[in-house]
Amino acid sequence: MPFEIIFFVFVLGAFIGFEVITKVPPTLHTPLMSGSNAISGVTIVGAIICMRADNPTFAQVLGFLAVVFAMVNCVGGFLVTDRMLSMFKSKAKKKKEA
Amino acid sequence: MSFVYLYLLATALFIFGLKRLSGVRTARSGNRFAALGMAIAIGAALIEAGVLTWWALLLAAAIGAVVGLVLAKRVPMTAMPELVAAFNGVGGAASAVVALSYLAGELIDGTVLADTAGVSTDTAVTVPISILIGMATLTGSFVAYMKLGGKKMSHPVSGSARHSLHAALGFGALAVSLWLVLYAESTGMQITAIVLLVAISAVLGVLLVMPIGGADMPVVVALLNSYSGLAAAASGFVIGNLLLVVAGALVGASGLILTKIMCKAMNRSLGNVLLGGIGDDDVAEDARDYSNIKESSGEEVAMLLDGASSVIIVPGYGLAVAQAQHVTLELATELEARDVQVRYAIHPVAGRMPGHMNVLLAEADVPYEQLFELERINGDFQNTDVVIILGANDVVNPLAREEGNPISGMPILDVDYAQTVVVVKRSLSPGYAGIKNPLFDLDNTLMVFADAKEALQEMVNEVKEL
Repeated sequence: MPFEIIFFVFVLGAFIGFEVITKVPPTLHTPLMSGSNAISGVTIVGAIICMRADNPTFAQVLGFLAVVFAMVNCVGGFLVTDRMLSMFKSKAKKKKEA
Repeated sequence: MSFVYLYLLATALFIFGLKRLSGVRTARSGNRFAALGMAIAIGAALIEAGVLTWWALLLAAAIGAVVGLVLAKRVPMTAMPELVAAFNGVGGAASAVVALSYLAGELIDGTVLADTAGVSTDTAVTVPISILIGMATLTGSFVAYMKLGGKKMSHPVSGSARHSLHAALGFGALAVSLWLVLYAESTGMQITAIVLLVAISAVLGVLLVMPIGGADMPVVVALLNSYSGLAAAASGFVIGNLLLVVAGALVGASGLILTKIMCKAMNRSLGNVLLGGIGDDDVAEDARDYSNIKESSGEEVAMLLDGASSVIIVPGYGLAVAQAQHVTLELATELEARDVQVRYAIHPVAGRMPGHMNVLLAEADVPYEQLFELERINGDFQNTDVVIILGANDVVNPLAREEGNPISGMPILDVDYAQTVVVVKRSLSPGYAGIKNPLFDLDNTLMVFADAKEALQEMVNEVKEL
């Protein structure tokens, strides 16, 4: 893929990021961080492609390692974010549970 | 080509999920949309990759998933800053390793990377960048992890020599990168260049985070979050995958926004934080010269609280250290039963990561409506009977309103305007800024020298007896 197109998409992606996350309430600073970090685990896609069978063996071994890391990143990231968010309760919700 | 559309769908879900993650009511579903996007992305990658060694892939995925699952479920909420740092680190590691794997697949003996068939010069340039960002994120996060765990580390070199060292390493990385891309022909040279690049990047990551002090950790954690996104984007450049590029850019942007919020909360520029301002261990000579300290006890504070109609609790890192979040709620519940209005004032950089106090109090079931950010509560301190400060120092230091000290201009919580201020603190030692806090000397301030948890427990017991 031509470099220009990739760069173009990168810049647009950054703009979308700045636009989408304009005002974050402090309550969500940590979950936003761990949730977005889980999204950066998308490297798993690259890692899987590195493991394709026609790649040299050593490249596949590195791919294996990358899959392990990326998987820790996304599985752990999404789950811990969900765990955190499940704790955030409004007053009304708290009363309902009690 | 069908997988390309799946990548597009995943991208859309990431954007949608991130958008929802920034609203309190929608956050949980946002996280799930993003996770769904990830599942679709993985499916698409399996189609794109074609023939795979399935047992190896499943084994790798299983190891990663189990480790991630166990960490996410088991790590206590008080250790969240460390866990977030660790996840940032593995994200960086994954990106660096993908770039290394790409090199292992493409490099041929006798041809430099830029001339290799199927590798454009532009792509070749992005490979060392990907390794640099990924490795530095990994080792930088590791140092942050150690520091967050309470380990003290200081930079081996001080003063201007430090900046020279960092600059030299930066130039070294650049030189080795150029060598790898343009001149390293034989396999031996290529391996040497790669090993050097990995080593320099790793050392840079360590040295850049090492001198940053405890109070500045929220900035660093947010910045490393941004880097983990940039690392993913960089590996997207390497393998020519737009999903990685967009997702990485999104995360890079969101991390940068958080970093900016944290810097603003300290009235400092990012450069100032990274080059080390506060956080170096110099303590002002008069930092402990207090003349008007009034020591108080749980019993006295309990009586004060009983007569109050409005109370604001200001949590700081001391609350996290003492793990006093549950007993804080106990005291608040006790007071609310006596018709005392209880609110919490949260400074944006209280604690060790962005939003640290919010997560901690949420764990103890404090409803988030009672947590107020600085701008929303600062005007209310003057109408408040009692303010209880739990292990916070610099963020309530009135010196910030004056010129000529390390925290000048930093937005602070105006606790000194309240009727009575109760400071729960283990000693009179200065905060990270290393300066005296005149708040402790004020006529309306009472000091309770104790661990936050013990002090609060005593207050709860005394209030119950009244």
